[in-house]
Amino acid sequence: MTGAIPLSWLDLSLAAGLMLAAALLSLLLQLGITRSFLVAAARMTIQLLLIGQVLTWLFAQRSLWLTLAAGCIMLLVAGYEIRSRQERRLTGGWTYYLGTGTLTLSCSLVLFLALTTQIGPDPWYDPRYAIPLFGMILGNCLTGIALGLNSLIARLEDDRRGIEAQLLLGANRWQALRPSLRHALRSGFMPIVNSMAATGVVALPGMMTGQILAGADPTEAVRYQLLVMFLIAGATSFGVIGAVMTTAWRVTDRRDRLRLDRLRQQ
Amino acid sequence: MAPLLQVVTLVREDLLSVGDITLRAGECIALRGASGAGKSLLLRALVDLDPNEGEVYLEGVERQQMSASAWRRKVAYLPAESGWWAPQVLPHMSDKAGAEALLATMKLPPDALAWHVSRLSTGERQRLAMIRALIEEPRVLLLDEPTAALDQAASAAVEALLLDLLSRERAIILVTHDAAQAERLAGRTLHMNKGRLTADAAA
Repeated sequence: MTGAIPLSWLDLSLAAGLMLAAALLSLLLQLGITRSFLVAAARMTIQLLLIGQVLTWLFAQRSLWLTLAAGCIMLLVAGYEIRSRQERRLTGGWTYYLGTGTLTLSCSLVLFLALTTQIGPDPWYDPRYAIPLFGMILGNCLTGIALGLNSLIARLEDDRRGIEAQLLLGANRWQALRPSLRHALRSGFMPIVNSMAATGVVALPGMMTGQILAGADPTEAVRYQLLVMFLIAGATSFGVIGAVMTTAWRVTDRRDRLRLDRLRQQ
Repeated sequence: MAPLLQVVTLVREDLLSVGDITLRAGECIALRGASGAGKSLLLRALVDLDPNEGEVYLEGVERQQMSASAWRRKVAYLPAESGWWAPQVLPHMSDKAGAEALLATMKLPPDALAWHVSRLSTGERQRLAMIRALIEEPRVLLLDEPTAALDQAASAAVEALLLDLLSRERAIILVTHDAAQAERLAGRTLHMNKGRLTADAAA
């Protein structure tokens, strides 16, 4: 590793000038997005500068408890994100609990496995490895879960008559829900399948690009990227299956009834 | 002899509260009342499709003692509007030969099982949904307006089939707006209003 070429504040302001030019252009063309464009840019700048400070501090501590605390905060925010992406939610906070629960189980398990067996930093919880990896796994897993749950609920509402017709003919809840479950699982898997298929042909993944820019050997960067993709695929699969199945369990009951009354009224 | 179906109580929140209905083998009860009187709620509760409390027996066995799917195979409910889950008619039939045998009885052509569900008329749906339920050999049929969309010939064919089922120890609860049909099929009529039975006018 030769290390990254350091960027000065001047370099950054020149690049930011490009963005300001784009904002000016949108103002001239009266696109009506200048304001949100600038607000988003400002948010990004502040958020990234802050997280840079936080990560620098966190990496220097190398504390198990602080790393775990950071992981917990990330999980809670991700769970909230799943919940807020739902068109219709379960009553009683169940969408939040099931989403966050399955996310926690699948992502933590996969990360722990990767840290202790494959990457093996010393100590295993070294936040320099644990936190960025967890962020990448979590982000993809939450997208899959949010899509899977959304499509499950939409499907159950659309197919209500068909599902009840099967129940009436003596199917149990899992038999009657099978087509809806398959549909929901497919939607949840779609982003990770698509991104795996396109990776390296259409787009170079951001993480790999970052490593190459930072001076890493491309073959080395590719190996890291593959590892990360496998971890993401694993965590997303477990997460999507877990969240969709537990939600299906919640919208049915032991007497094989479809319980759409457990969805919040719109 | 234990009655085929016995409802001691059947309650769903404050929407439905009925009790003391006895249905013997070979008997048909007509269930009548204005729209929204709770007739469909009662039938849905009987097959345990909505959360409800109560005590219901089939040939002396309490409902909770069997699985919901076993119960619904014996007590079949045909809603006024049937649900379908595959594009073609055939995959809805658990027994192809059994379904084919019933087509002629229902005044449907022999190729009806190959039809697409989206192209069925309301009357065709109604009869195919009845075939789908009958091949499961239920003991009790809960029928919600089974001939509402049928012409006179098809309607008569369905009524003849129902009378034949009654003669073979089945029992029926029939929701109908047609007083003459109630007269032809049912031995007695129960009236419903606001989720409650109001009178049992013996025929």
